[in-house]
Amino acid sequence: MTSEATVPPAVVTSSEATDARDVRCAGAWTVRTIADVEPHLARVPWPAAGEVAIDASGVSLLDTTGAWLLHRTVRELAARGCTAHIVGLRPEFASLLALIASREIPLASPAPPAPGRLERLGRHAWAVAAGSAGYLAFVGESAIALLRAVRHPRRLRWLPILHNVQTAGLEALPITGLLSFLMGIVIAYQGADQLQRFGANIFVVDLVALAMLRELSPLLTAIIIAGRSGSAYTAQIGTMKVTEEIDALRTIGVGAQELLVLPKVVALIIVMPLLTVYTDVTGVLGGMVMARSKLDVSFDVFVDRLDEAIQVSSYWTGLAKAPVFAMIIALVGCYRGFQVTGSAESVGEQTTMSVVQSIFLVIVTDAIFSIVFLWLDL
Amino acid sequence: MDARPPSGAAAVVIDVRAVSTRFGDAVVHEDVSLAVNPGEIFALVGGSGSGKSTLLREIILLQQPASGSIRVFGQEVVGLSDDDALPLRRRWGVMFERGALFSALTVAENVAMVLHEHTDLPERLVREVAAVKVALTGLPPDAGPKYPSELSGGMRKRASLARALALDPELLFLDEPTAGLDPLSASGIDELVRGLRDGLGLTIMMVTHDLDLMWRAADRVAVLGKGRIVGVGSMTELSHSDDPLVRQYFHGPRGRAALEQAWKRK
Repeated sequence: MTSEATVPPAVVTSSEATDARDVRCAGAWTVRTIADVEPHLARVPWPAAGEVAIDASGVSLLDTTGAWLLHRTVRELAARGCTAHIVGLRPEFASLLALIASREIPLASPAPPAPGRLERLGRHAWAVAAGSAGYLAFVGESAIALLRAVRHPRRLRWLPILHNVQTAGLEALPITGLLSFLMGIVIAYQGADQLQRFGANIFVVDLVALAMLRELSPLLTAIIIAGRSGSAYTAQIGTMKVTEEIDALRTIGVGAQELLVLPKVVALIIVMPLLTVYTDVTGVLGGMVMARSKLDVSFDVFVDRLDEAIQVSSYWTGLAKAPVFAMIIALVGCYRGFQVTGSAESVGEQTTMSVVQSIFLVIVTDAIFSIVFLWLDL
Repeated sequence: MDARPPSGAAAVVIDVRAVSTRFGDAVVHEDVSLAVNPGEIFALVGGSGSGKSTLLREIILLQQPASGSIRVFGQEVVGLSDDDALPLRRRWGVMFERGALFSALTVAENVAMVLHEHTDLPERLVREVAAVKVALTGLPPDAGPKYPSELSGGMRKRASLARALALDPELLFLDEPTAGLDPLSASGIDELVRGLRDGLGLTIMMVTHDLDLMWRAADRVAVLGKGRIVGVGSMTELSHSDDPLVRQYFHGPRGRAALEQAWKRK
């Protein structure tokens, strides 16, 4: 394969047992073989002071790595008061050694001291505070952009909005529908045993309908959209940041808010309530299928009972959450995208944070909604 | 610099024979042949879209030609599997046009990463060797701990070159080494390319538009035009060529300016 294979391995020998004044180097001193040479060099009993002759006439191959090791050895010997002479090196190797020696190379790159625990805590706290302030500012900017758009509706970019409605809404129909259908089945299945014990089979309708309409369907939709579209928003804006497209927009005089953020926010606010109604329906359908097969509640009976089981307020309390969740997901997704700095790793980091934060905020908001609705007696 | 085995010493380093490339119906190369000798700085030039970067990508195994043979260090690379290509890949280094540095790593870590992957050097030596490579490309010592996003365009190219040199390759590929650089940085690259060849005994193949770089650094130049090689030779030879495509290239306003510059230097 490579030419080194035929060359004797690198060796370092010294004639004396102590105070080696005459050291011989031989073999291939290259990046592939040098790992074996270093321990040899360390074992040489270098004298404390005086002159040392390093006979390098046996060196058959030398690359920059080998040259560096030779150079470093001489430098270290000089530091402790020995003068080392390298003799017998082939002229082309000698010029390589001279090239390495001519460069200013720090012996060991000074590693910055690891910050203490208190410093880390402080930095982290500061980062969180700055992040919150930045997020607040971003929400404010988006609100201003939205107000401006409301005042001049023609400036709203309808084409991107419609595009986002399609990608975030229409194309999410299969997955959201399937998952909420399964959720309906699971709830009915879990309730079936308990209800059967009391002969209260018919109440499976109340169970499924209330759980889906009030809580699960908006929450499920929000979580799927956060994972599906929120992450896409972050990745898109983040990559545009890396490729300086955001800066380009600014220089052209187009607000990034107006072009990138508003259409996404508006589209999600349109789409999320619609998706929630849709998952309401598919979820209850799932419950219906399970109720018939497990509890002998026929479709007719189920639908009749549905009328009595749920009030309109249950439907509205679920639906009211959807636009709020939509705003959270779109704003967090876009904000995280703008937080990307130069590297590819940062895109991944921010995308992860975008999904985690938006799901976290969605669930916290959902809890707040529950408390408020309880107060309002809805 | 390295003592090559007798068989490799005289043989050409890169031998491209009758290579044709097509993207769908579009013909990129038709029957392209060229050879690069050891220790030579070879430049591949041509207008935008003439397929010079494609040819480079085919030589470094990032793309496959439709037909033809490409030998590097005497080994056929067309159709070579990734496993079989590994020993070859360790013997060459590639500098990409836009650097292609790993953005999550510092400059020193970019170089060290290659050493960690392919050698069993101790950690201390890896760090030192990385610093040597960074210094060899003319970067200041404080560039090592910096991230690529903190560097200027010229420094990023040098950092990319430092990574290409990590394993002490025998062959170096440079894709547009001076593109996007100011004239001062570009002439720094001219000297660097020549210095590396003379100092480390490298064979260098570069793809470039830069006539100044060719006049100052290249030993031989191949001109690609309309999918084939329209001229090969030293710059002086090419500047006397009768081929219309070559003349167009070397006797345009910029070509003439570079020519006059080159004459003045002599």
